[in-house]
Amino acid sequence: MTATAAEAPPPERPRPARRRGVELSLLVCAVLISVYGYADVGLARSGAVPRDALAYGAGLGLLALLAHLAVRLRAPYADPLLLPIAVLLNGVGIVLIYRLDLETPGDRAAPAQLIWSTLGVALFIAVVVLLRDHRVLQRYAYISVVTALVLMIVPILFPAVNGARIWIRAGGLSFQPGEFAKILLAVFFAAYLAANRHALAHTGRRIGPLQLPAGRVLGPVVAVWLISVAVLVLERDLGTSLLFFGLFVVMLYVATGRTGWIVVGLLLAGSGAFAVGTLEPHVRGRVESWIDPYASIAAGDGPSQLAQSMFSFASGGVLGTGLGAGHSILIGFAAKSDFILATAGEELGLAGLTALFLLYTLLVAQGYRAGLDLRDPFGRLLAVGLAAILAVQVFVIAGGVTGLIPLTGMAMPFLAQGGSSVVTNWIIVALLIRLGDSAREPHPETVEPGVIARAPGPAGHGGPADPAGHAGSGGSAYPAGPSAAEEAR
Amino acid sequence: MTRYIRRAAALSLFLLAALFVNAVRVQVLQADGLNGSPANRRPAIARYDEPRGDIVVDGRAVTGSKDTGEQLRYERIYLDGPLYAPVTGYSSQTYGTTLLEHAEDGVLSGTDPALAPLPFWNEFTRSERPGGRVLTTIRRSAQEAAYQGLAGRRGAVAAIEPATGRILALVSSPSYDPGLLSGNSPAVTEAWRRLNGSASHPMLNRAIRQTYPPGSTFKIVTAAAALEARVVTDPDAPTDTADPFVIPGTRTTLPNPVPGCHRASLVYAIKWSCNTVMANLGVKVGLEGMLATAGRFGFNDDSLRIPSGVAVSNVDRRMSVDQLALSSIGQFDTTATPLQMAMVAAAVANGGELAHPYLVDRTTTWDGDTVRETPRRSYRRAMFPATAHELRRMMVEAAERGTGTRALIAGVTVGGKTGTAQHGVGNTGTPYAWFIAWAQERDAPRPAVAVAVVVEDPEAAGGEISGGGDAAPIARAVMVEALKPVPRR
Repeated sequence: MTATAAEAPPPERPRPARRRGVELSLLVCAVLISVYGYADVGLARSGAVPRDALAYGAGLGLLALLAHLAVRLRAPYADPLLLPIAVLLNGVGIVLIYRLDLETPGDRAAPAQLIWSTLGVALFIAVVVLLRDHRVLQRYAYISVVTALVLMIVPILFPAVNGARIWIRAGGLSFQPGEFAKILLAVFFAAYLAANRHALAHTGRRIGPLQLPAGRVLGPVVAVWLISVAVLVLERDLGTSLLFFGLFVVMLYVATGRTGWIVVGLLLAGSGAFAVGTLEPHVRGRVESWIDPYASIAAGDGPSQLAQSMFSFASGGVLGTGLGAGHSILIGFAAKSDFILATAGEELGLAGLTALFLLYTLLVAQGYRAGLDLRDPFGRLLAVGLAAILAVQVFVIAGGVTGLIPLTGMAMPFLAQGGSSVVTNWIIVALLIRLGDSAREPHPETVEPGVIARAPGPAGHGGPADPAGHAGSGGSAYPAGPSAAEEAR
Repeated sequence: MTRYIRRAAALSLFLLAALFVNAVRVQVLQADGLNGSPANRRPAIARYDEPRGDIVVDGRAVTGSKDTGEQLRYERIYLDGPLYAPVTGYSSQTYGTTLLEHAEDGVLSGTDPALAPLPFWNEFTRSERPGGRVLTTIRRSAQEAAYQGLAGRRGAVAAIEPATGRILALVSSPSYDPGLLSGNSPAVTEAWRRLNGSASHPMLNRAIRQTYPPGSTFKIVTAAAALEARVVTDPDAPTDTADPFVIPGTRTTLPNPVPGCHRASLVYAIKWSCNTVMANLGVKVGLEGMLATAGRFGFNDDSLRIPSGVAVSNVDRRMSVDQLALSSIGQFDTTATPLQMAMVAAAVANGGELAHPYLVDRTTTWDGDTVRETPRRSYRRAMFPATAHELRRMMVEAAERGTGTRALIAGVTVGGKTGTAQHGVGNTGTPYAWFIAWAQERDAPRPAVAVAVVVEDPEAAGGEISGGGDAAPIARAVMVEALKPVPRR
């Protein structure tokens, strides 16, 4: 916290509004909407409000309140939309899972989801309270990447679930470590690219229109990326593989500004997808099902999961059938996880689906907003990376279940059943809160009378500035903003 | 870096916009096609989501619904399945619907727009209306009497109220329990296979869907034609038919069941069922006249609905003289449903005017508001009142002093006509025993009932294989019940 406001009677720049009251009222709305949905399911199904509706509302409200207090005390300048959106998505997700639980009395998932959400919010609070400055993370870049790789390799030792070796099972709980790996990889990429972006952009040999960076600069990051992708292909988790790929390409592009990376990335993705699609029968099946979701119907084998999902969306139409009144359970075993969006599409209709897409868009937009407002390259890249994780994830899974792109198993952030996913997304939101707070927090040098903030920074063109591990140790003092030269590039 | 962050943000926004556009494609543009896909289970689920409305006999439902708690939730149950199967038909989740279950499906399943309080109400609320009720014209006691009279022998009974066309009994034997086909379990498939494979064809509705050679009961039609064509002007005057009678165009002589048919009068011929006289009269009337009269009784009408479709009763439109002679005594290609022959008796009883037969008195909403009422409609004027008057007299003669004495009821005017039809190659098969009759209380303004009974396999006791022996007692039992005043409810 800064005490500067008291000692600076007429600040140069008006102190940014904290808008915590806005956040609180939005949170109340988010909780009320969720409780209304929960009650509506019960009313539609049995004509009575579910007995635990109050408990659900109280639980969600308490979580929201605690998270809000943490933000109010420790990140007062954070964007007020992020937390309400996360609470609303998580609350609606539990309503949808609870609604599907009614169709599968022997397999109830909503209580577990509520417990995982509680853990997620606890970690959210922990991150917001303990991580005072996001630049601290830069120090742990290499620890992050090693941890990420270990997390991705470990599940190979465990038995496959539905064809994918991405779970660790212990004591009845299953856990998807790859979900955490994506945050750790984003941290690593951000730190490494922040340190090496000039080398990546400006050194190396030129081959035709492409300028290849020196191998020693690009090597480590490509190696990490290749290993993560290889592990994922071995684990048959193509959704996450696609996510890492997208994350890597976006962050590399933002760090270096070279369109060539996008082209190379698309070529690599295309050839990789083609190779995997032809060689791997599991994936080939997904692609064939995407090209013609109704082939299995014509063949007399009944509708495929994807076809059932399309039936769900179509059945919802514009206004939806109403919560509890749809039949998305026909999709089968993944209805509560990968296909949760089909339940939203059927029972809330295009209207509800659009609302959900807008919530995700706002979440992603706030991530990019923080990236634009921040001034340290690590923070900017981390914000972009986290926003990209959310965007790519939403696109891949929503596009998959609506037949836009081939289906890959992935969890809709906050909405889908899955403990590791919910927990991870809460951490992502916590980091975005922290980044947004840092971006809008008034800095001593900007409000100090007589001092004009835009001093040229030490960033140069010659080589890596801010190598990982050096920055951030200064604590309160921000490095100066980006140089004019960099901004102009 | 700012510019690249903006571009990455724009890319993410584009991806999310693509999701929205695709959702519009699926939920709006393709929705109708997907909703109508035969592989989409939703229509079936919606159809069985509400209890089906009941079919009512004499104020009591003969059907019901069972909540299975499964996906296709409600199954049909039948309270007196085999007795009413020729009326209700079955409503099966596996094999669809037949008879009244089929003809009144819109009302019973609740989809009939007339059930809604306002036009387009269902479309507006997207809700299912509770199924309506179908009130039949069947008299429980008459139905039971017919069923018990057949006692499991192959055969059928149709009984009509002549003045109105109300069908009072419609029985086919041996019957089956439609409830066996209600669900979608393997037991249903097995029952279906067994019923269809059974040599006794229990699912065949012999009363309206099976045609038999009508034998001598057709002589009423021939007599009507002879009177209408004025081939016979005085029914009591001797005709010019010699016995033995050689069928025109052949050397075959036609046998008679009784002596005394030589130059017998029309009254005598009907009373004792003289083949020779009736064959000769038919030839004299000619094909045109015979077809016209038969058509007015309902023969060759393929559009008769009660509302279930009725099999066509046939008189060939092109015949040689010898074929016409045989047709005139109900043989050769002449066939009739039991309902058709009940209509013949009803036309005679009702003074020549034939009311349209119907099985549904009215349909109501689940709580009793009338949806549709079946009006009394004239089917055709079968003959002049004078002709009917003469035929009534002849049928009374036949019942009181001729072949049909076993149908007599004390204190009641009964008219009847027996028939015994040969069938099989070279007439080797068991003959059918027919009896058609009507009954009127002496002081009543109108006849109470007209009935047709056919027994396919009468126990040939001592050569008395006849309508009079086997079918007439059943007709009598039905008429006794139909003559009782309608119980007030």
